[in-house]
Amino acid sequence: MAETAANIKKIRALIAAHKRWDLLFSLLGMLALMVGVLTFVALFGQMAVEGASRLSWDFFTNFPSRKPDQAGILSAWVGSTLVMLVTAATAVPLGVAAGIYLEEYAPRNWITDLIEINVTNLAGVPSIIYGLLALGLFVYGFGLGQSILTAGLTLGLLILPVVIVATREAIRAIPAAIREGAYALGATKWQTTADHILPYSLAGILTGVIIGMARAIGETAPVITIGALTFIAFLPSVPLTGDPPAGLFDWVMSPFTVMPIQMFNWTSRPEAAFHQNAAAAGLVLVVMTLSMNALAIYIRYRLRKNIKW
Amino acid sequence: MNSIPQAHRIYAVTENFVSDRLARRRLRHGKERVIEFVLFLAACVSVATTIGIVVILLKESFIFFQQVSLWDFLTDTQWTPLFADAHYGILPLLSGTLVSSAVALLVAIPLGTIIAIYLSEFAPFSVREVAKPFLEMLGGVPTIVYGYFALLFVTPLLQKIFPGLPGFNLLSAGMVMGIMIIPYVSSVSEDAMRAVPMALREGSYAMGATRFQTATRVVTPAAFSGIAAAYILGISRAVGETMILAVAAGMQPNLTWNPMEPAATITAYIVQVALGDLPHGSLAYQTIFAAGLALALVTLFFNVLGHMLRKRFRQAY
Repeated sequence: MAETAANIKKIRALIAAHKRWDLLFSLLGMLALMVGVLTFVALFGQMAVEGASRLSWDFFTNFPSRKPDQAGILSAWVGSTLVMLVTAATAVPLGVAAGIYLEEYAPRNWITDLIEINVTNLAGVPSIIYGLLALGLFVYGFGLGQSILTAGLTLGLLILPVVIVATREAIRAIPAAIREGAYALGATKWQTTADHILPYSLAGILTGVIIGMARAIGETAPVITIGALTFIAFLPSVPLTGDPPAGLFDWVMSPFTVMPIQMFNWTSRPEAAFHQNAAAAGLVLVVMTLSMNALAIYIRYRLRKNIKW
Repeated sequence: MNSIPQAHRIYAVTENFVSDRLARRRLRHGKERVIEFVLFLAACVSVATTIGIVVILLKESFIFFQQVSLWDFLTDTQWTPLFADAHYGILPLLSGTLVSSAVALLVAIPLGTIIAIYLSEFAPFSVREVAKPFLEMLGGVPTIVYGYFALLFVTPLLQKIFPGLPGFNLLSAGMVMGIMIIPYVSSVSEDAMRAVPMALREGSYAMGATRFQTATRVVTPAAFSGIAAAYILGISRAVGETMILAVAAGMQPNLTWNPMEPAATITAYIVQVALGDLPHGSLAYQTIFAAGLALALVTLFFNVLGHMLRKRFRQAY
């Protein structure tokens, strides 16, 4: 009798010990998450403390300068915006079209397999390799030079897999009954796609596009590799102004700089005053990319809640 | 007399009607075919990009290897293409790349795995709902910002612990890179663990196993192929990462296995040359394509390895 009681005690102790491991691992998991949180807080806090004093209207409207307290990010944010325009104009039509083709049209054959393998692999190619591709192909092969167009095309190719994958996932979530209904009414494949599949997958595609653009706006390496300048003290010509009037698309061939390059330039200078500028530019950059990511997450969250097929 | 033209007319109308519809259908089909072809071309852009990368890297490296022998490239222990006494040995760049990646993985793999197990098996729903988007955002921070953070926050912090640490070093760059990679490792691992069927967990619980035992001895082995794929993804991210290293690790090629030293990586070297204004076509300029080819081959190696691991350990449920 006493022996059984001792045994039960031992078993209970064993169970308690095992449960302690559960608790311990839960704590460890929280701790690991906290490392991420703390890093983020430190990163954001350090930049805010360093850079907040530099964030003023002038910072956004001044060109870069040799004097740190007069330097601003005007040419950088204008450059980033224009490059993003070209990137979106490249990646969105191509990516959505490719996604539609792979999901709705593609026959099961080796060509489709080849395309799918390529999309997967391209997502894993380091971004600097895209820079080398652009350097060899766009800058010297096509003679586009170190222009906004080259940078936009490069980043467009870089985020193409993101847009394709998001488009495919959004389309795949649409039930087959929608297609069958459209076909039953005599719609052709393209009518079904354009009038039903595309509108219903729009929110999902948008999420992917925003995430892709957020990534493109922070990309530095490929843009440096194509030879973007770090010191630009002028803006691309505004269409139809000036003398003689600039053409509608003259700005795409203009030299440029972008936000991350401006930040890189300031970070790699030895003077502490420039580091403050770098912190301020980083703050702008982080707020931009994070708000884009947050928007994408919010759209996806709404989407998950609202759509019930 | 009258009925023949009447019938004729009806016939003509029907014929007209039918041929009209047929014509429209043909037009419709023609349009459909054109649209399909245009969509197909868009899908082919990804293939064209791959071909473009391979052709450009091989073509430009070929020019380089006409003047520098492959043997020198692989065995010379100095990389000084910009000096008068030029040496073209990839080893110093490779060592910098491998050491920084190793430091990053020492941070990212344990933390990423623990986070993945925690989120998949332990965390309550509310924690997961907050943690997942947060991790996604951590992965969305531009790498140049991480570079700034490594150089101006982590390095000074580390210098308090290791007083002799130089201002540029692989350690702080690697550690920050590791934090950056955590979301990639954790999200792919977690997806793999959540794909493990519930029945396996239920079986384990039914045998009296605790959560921890179920997570480490049932779910993790069952999801191993996916977790391995996540690690490989992390490795190729680390190897290809550029800006953190260009900013925080210095750009001096240095054949070392010590993370406390400054060193250049393959990617940092490419950035360094692109920042300078070397004339297009000079041998020093071609070196970046040879370095790029080496980088592409290293990442290709890891991608193929990941693919094979996944195939080898795939378990079908």
